[in-house]
Amino acid sequence: MSSACPERRSLAVVAVALAALLATPCAFAQRTLRVCAEPDNLPLSNEHEAGFENRIARVVADELQATLVYEWRLQRRGFVRKTIGADLCDVWIGVPAGLDRVLTTRPYYRSGYVFLNRADAREPLTSFADPRLARLRVGVQLIGDDLAASPPGLALARAGATENVVGYPVWGEGSAAERISADLAAGRLDAALVWGPQAGYFVDHAPVPLAVVRAVAPTGFEVPFEFAIAMGVRQGDADLRRELDAALERRARDIDAILDAFHVPRLAAGATTASAASQEERQP
Amino acid sequence: MSAVALCGLDANAAAAAPSSSASSTASAPSGDWPVVGHDTQGTRFSPLDQIDARNVGTLKLAFSFPTGLDKGHEAAPLVIGDTMYVVMPYPNTVYAFDLRQPNATVKWKFDPKPSASAQGVACCDLVNRGAAYADGRLFINTLDTQTIALDAATGRELWRTKLGDISRGETVTMAPLAVNGKVLVGNSGGELGVRGWLAALDAATGQVAWRAYSTGPDSEVLIGPSFKPFYANDRGKDLGVSSWPGTAWKLGGGNAWGFVSYDPALDLIFYGTGNPGPWNPEQRPGANKWTSGVFARKPATGEAVWYYQWSPHDLHDYDGVNENILIDLAIGGRERPVIVHPDRNGYVYVLDRETGQVLSADAFVPITTSTGVDLETGALKYNPLKDLRSGETTRNICPASPGGKDWQPSAWSPRTKLLYIPHQNLCEDAGPYQVSYIAGTPYVGVDTKMYAGPGGHRGEFTAWDPVARKKAWALKENFPVWSGALATAGDVVFYGTMDGVFKAVDAKTGAALWQFKTSSGVIGQPISYRGPDGKQYVAVLAGVGGWAGAIVSSPIDPQDSTAALGFVNAMKDLPLATKKGGTLYVFSLP
Repeated sequence: MSSACPERRSLAVVAVALAALLATPCAFAQRTLRVCAEPDNLPLSNEHEAGFENRIARVVADELQATLVYEWRLQRRGFVRKTIGADLCDVWIGVPAGLDRVLTTRPYYRSGYVFLNRADAREPLTSFADPRLARLRVGVQLIGDDLAASPPGLALARAGATENVVGYPVWGEGSAAERISADLAAGRLDAALVWGPQAGYFVDHAPVPLAVVRAVAPTGFEVPFEFAIAMGVRQGDADLRRELDAALERRARDIDAILDAFHVPRLAAGATTASAASQEERQP
Repeated sequence: MSAVALCGLDANAAAAAPSSSASSTASAPSGDWPVVGHDTQGTRFSPLDQIDARNVGTLKLAFSFPTGLDKGHEAAPLVIGDTMYVVMPYPNTVYAFDLRQPNATVKWKFDPKPSASAQGVACCDLVNRGAAYADGRLFINTLDTQTIALDAATGRELWRTKLGDISRGETVTMAPLAVNGKVLVGNSGGELGVRGWLAALDAATGQVAWRAYSTGPDSEVLIGPSFKPFYANDRGKDLGVSSWPGTAWKLGGGNAWGFVSYDPALDLIFYGTGNPGPWNPEQRPGANKWTSGVFARKPATGEAVWYYQWSPHDLHDYDGVNENILIDLAIGGRERPVIVHPDRNGYVYVLDRETGQVLSADAFVPITTSTGVDLETGALKYNPLKDLRSGETTRNICPASPGGKDWQPSAWSPRTKLLYIPHQNLCEDAGPYQVSYIAGTPYVGVDTKMYAGPGGHRGEFTAWDPVARKKAWALKENFPVWSGALATAGDVVFYGTMDGVFKAVDAKTGAALWQFKTSSGVIGQPISYRGPDGKQYVAVLAGVGGWAGAIVSSPIDPQDSTAALGFVNAMKDLPLATKKGGTLYVFSLP
């Protein structure tokens, strides 16, 4: 990285009138890091900047000596073209490494799906091989995209659990993970499968104790069950990615501390998802 | 205001007495276009013959109007008396044009002010397919699920009713149909777990008279003693529940986002239901009733009379919402009241509209996903080799998920006895599963890539003979033909292309007769009307977009081959061929 304050299209450069008084390396301009994030999706992000992604974005912006500016958008179908593509922001925090609609940074954590049970359950559901799977009321996030299924949704179908599975569309009031956790706590579900980073938080906020167990994919399951999470920048914006990579590396301990505070279950780096390196190879 | 009153009279006559037989050519045919499909039967046939095969070559632009909007313009203008009404894509502005003025000045404009957040919800561009008219009132739907009645003379709002919930992904893009004092409206959003319905609103007050769901118990589907489906597998109690696992029907889709047609003689409405959603097919074993099929209902009560399922347990997002055109055909030596329906699954169906019996079903595009329709049982015969279950790449899925034909409506000419079908020629490869991302949930979607089908062209305009059960002629088009079709008594047929050419061809032979280069691609529904000056006009909205054209109307990276649900891969060169932006074009003879 050659400069802390490069002038590039993807970074808005704002002149500061009394910049001469500031002791920054580039005295006449203050760079801005424009981040797109969800306005109401705790624990990941909300517009009060209370989510762990918001905290991580703050750390990265500090490291880049940039002013953090948010564009609050739903991370739903077409979100890349409607945000980065429409030049509303330069960075999405919290996307799967290798997501091909963006250029992704080095991953800063890796997580997977978890089984959620009430802590007082005598025989909690912890495996796709459990013979009770077909009769239990299992809650699962429902994505809503043609012919798509979340990995645990597909695993449930393969295990023959179709009759009593309860789908929670990501559309609607509050996050699907939040609605699932509430129904589990209230006894309307026997168990649930939830994306780990959300589970940790809702367990912490549930009215009754809930238990988290890592969900291991069924043997031979062809769909990834763990995901490395990175930041995404515009395709071709390798300079910004390089800077973000360096910042993520330098501040890795701070980022880990934030993830710990939010009880984000993490996995050691594995080899089952596309890495940022292979993503780069696909660039023209 | 005598002209306005006269307009109201004309319109009442047109709305109250739709020609019960599409082939009626009375001595003084109405010059109006009072329904999106011209008539409630959806023929899109104009009885006007001033413009014919001999003179259409001299057709000239009469006037035009830039809409100032960039989203896909799919609507049909309506013409009642000396006023033309056009509803725009989001934000669903309505214009009334005074056709007595040389350049058709704006008589009034109405801004319904729909919720801006509806934009983030809509599946496939922010389109609107047109308005409805009855008894001096204009009815429009907004993207954020409102139906609004306007005084057609002044544009004054009379009532508005909110029918759905956009926060759950529910939107409305379809054109309402006014029938016997009711306004029929259906919702969109099946991919997102929105349960489909068709509602009837009281045209006078906006109150919901009935709402018929496409999934769930009989009481909510409005299935009762009148329900007599032709095929045995559609008979039984609460099939809208039992043909799904558990409670999956509650999120089951089956949205009624296509055109509704009405037969005044039988007093029945007909409409298609969309694909099942939002579950992966593996998670929803069963026929998933009443999705991807067609309902016949009584408009007064909503009671279902029959149902037929085009694509049981829809595996390929084939929907079932394409238009049901109501005509009478000589089949087996007698005249039968039928529905002609070119489906997304690739077959042109002819159904007896009294009973729902399938009389014929013939492929109008190359099909690999099924091998035919069993005329004994009505069952679509799926090809298991094109099932996506394996998790490996499934190649050569034809037709691709937009189908042999999508929403773009066909036209029927009672003179040539041909159905004019605007459609695509697309196949797709699906999988292997690919990581995507929505709302904090990494998930695995089928990575779909569409491409031109056999022949290498992506679109076609086909004239189909439903009695002989074969193509009469077909024109190849580079891009999918995403516009509606218009047939006229002058034996001229009109349609537009996505690269922005509005065309007239000979209804009998398909021979090119005339064309006009529009500023943006055409995905609207062409219409024809007689102006106050006695001349025949042809009108169409240009303005590319929609699912197929989103690559131009929305900032999509052509490198992102899976954007717009895989359609972008097939449309990478469209931005080079046209640009976005809506314009109303109206043509006449010099």
